[in-house]
Amino acid sequence: MDLNYSPEELAFRDEVRSWLAANLPQELKDKAHYSKEELMRWHRILAAKGWVAPAWPKEWGGTGWSAVQRYIYEEELGSAGTPPIIPFGINMCAPVLIAFGTDAQKKRFLPRIYNGEDFWCQGYSEPGSGSDLASLKTKAVKEGAHYVVNGQKIWTTLAHYADWIFCLVRTDPTVEKRQEGISFLLIDMKSPGITLRPLMLMDGAHHVNEVFFDDVEVPADNLVHKENQGWTVAKYLLGYERMNTGRIGESKRELRKLKERFPEKMKDVRWRDRLSRVEVELMALEITNLRFLDRMRRTGQPPGADVSMLKIKGTEIQQALTELAMQAADPNARETQALERRYLDMRKTTIYAGSNEIQRNIIAKMTLGL
Amino acid sequence: MNFDYNEEQQLLADSVRRYLQKDYDFESRKKILATPQGWSERVWANFAEMGLTGLPLSPDYGGFGGGAVDLMSVVEAFGEALVVEPYLPSMLAAAAIAKGGTQEQKQAILPAVAQGRMRLAFATGERGVIGAPLAQRIVLARDGRLTLHDKFNVAAYRTVDDLAAGDVAFEDKGEPLGAAGGVLEEVLDLGAALSCAEAVGALKFSCDTTLEYLKTRKQFGVPIGAFQALQHRMVDMFISYEQARSMACLACSKVDQAESAQDRARSVSAAKVRIADAARHVSQEAVQLHGGMGMTEELKVSHTFRRLTALARRFGDVDQHLERFASL
Repeated sequence: MDLNYSPEELAFRDEVRSWLAANLPQELKDKAHYSKEELMRWHRILAAKGWVAPAWPKEWGGTGWSAVQRYIYEEELGSAGTPPIIPFGINMCAPVLIAFGTDAQKKRFLPRIYNGEDFWCQGYSEPGSGSDLASLKTKAVKEGAHYVVNGQKIWTTLAHYADWIFCLVRTDPTVEKRQEGISFLLIDMKSPGITLRPLMLMDGAHHVNEVFFDDVEVPADNLVHKENQGWTVAKYLLGYERMNTGRIGESKRELRKLKERFPEKMKDVRWRDRLSRVEVELMALEITNLRFLDRMRRTGQPPGADVSMLKIKGTEIQQALTELAMQAADPNARETQALERRYLDMRKTTIYAGSNEIQRNIIAKMTLGL
Repeated sequence: MNFDYNEEQQLLADSVRRYLQKDYDFESRKKILATPQGWSERVWANFAEMGLTGLPLSPDYGGFGGGAVDLMSVVEAFGEALVVEPYLPSMLAAAAIAKGGTQEQKQAILPAVAQGRMRLAFATGERGVIGAPLAQRIVLARDGRLTLHDKFNVAAYRTVDDLAAGDVAFEDKGEPLGAAGGVLEEVLDLGAALSCAEAVGALKFSCDTTLEYLKTRKQFGVPIGAFQALQHRMVDMFISYEQARSMACLACSKVDQAESAQDRARSVSAAKVRIADAARHVSQEAVQLHGGMGMTEELKVSHTFRRLTALARRFGDVDQHLERFASL
């Protein structure tokens, strides 16, 4: 057992760190909100370096890094304050295409995702189907070489930026087991019949939308995997998603900023102790994450359901940090507004990507056998 | 970076576990506690036969040159079995002598400790010295200095978790150990890190036994583990345990190998804070989810509650470690 990074891993960390220091444009650093242009600019900088999709197979542009190297890389991105890599294309649609797509689908979509030519969004949740996703009703009916899609998606993050949406749709409403009537469909956002309605969240920002489908024609070639087997695809994706929600690098950076911004509060033992407890939680999360990666390396097995705890703890920590920041600042000051908005915004983290209650259900069932 | 025990550590951990399962089950432990002295010389002799009493000592003195991670695999198993023989205090005192003693002191004491003929205790004051009733020598840490004592009187009692302890009246001035100031802090960090590892073993038992109970105890015609309110609490216990295990690994590995004394101290204190929180959370929930049965002496879960309650505060409580963590 040795929890220090090896000399090679340290050298890799230094390489990433110094590249980021030299190549992250100052004006893109550490902003609360990024425009589409800013997000894509950073995406293309990483793509040009060959670092935008480290986890992909090498033939499609992956880096061949070990799990620990990928972890170091992500932590350095968070720690440097880069714009986020929007996950829907790189980390969600692409792994699905790599695992389930046809050769034609891979050739058509993967290079465009890699180079940031297509912006993707995710069409999963519906007004009546949140935690109970398998109850979804958006309907796709095969008519010749097309599916005709009708229905509504909700909470669609950055749909107003997106060129494409990957959707779970119901292709068989008659099956008894609801999961067996669902398919995974790729839909061009410019298709006639798609309309968007922004949903403003309590921080006053436009992140999410409702997406309406009204007789939208989708070429049958855009079906991924087999018809009525979309649930298999969705489950595969969830594993990927959970491994990625700890946001440890980002939280480390927030913590450091908090200490720098409020040096006088660090002398207030009550506040400082609350901060220290969060810092300890973050250390424990980091080591746990590394321990899971080490287990994957050792066993060659994909992440188990217990990685749900990374999502639970990671999001609790993100929320605690925004709360501490707000508590440290003058409640009436203009400068506090950004901290307050971030506090408001971060409440979403324990709800999205499978609420923390759903994550607990997953651990209870899959890991503990309850 | 890796979290594996090496082959030797794994073999050792396995053989200790096997021994404890065979010779130190809950009923055997009860019998030991029913004796007047409350610990077993036979068990101590078995420890010596397995090489445990020489584990952290240099081969020069008949030991195996083990570090904190080697000891971790042993004390974790001890925590799971709720061993009452005060192994850790003896090993800490031996480590203090090994690090700060003269050649003569080492020769006189360490081989005897390794062979199981001599037991030590480690005291940070005159009161509440764990292992004092069975120790032939006591290492005393006071005012930042370490001294070695062989003349003392002990007023014995048992701690809340059934360890033999005593208030000690020292009758000699003691021989000074180790001029270097770092030794005491190193030994205390070793003790804190290993108390974390011991807690992890006890946490594992608490989680395992509670999960088993949720699956077998029926009310309203179903196993109580079918209720979501209890499922989520069980999941939170499991998460606490996993977080605690991670931090125990961190603490022990940093005691063996850290960039600096500060790096070590910071990791150990963080671990101690997290594990004290986990100890409190998991032990309380384990008793609660067992209902009335969790309160009784009849189930091991209540004895584990007592061990975790004590471990959370040994080698510095949450407040002390939070203070040190924040100041580094």
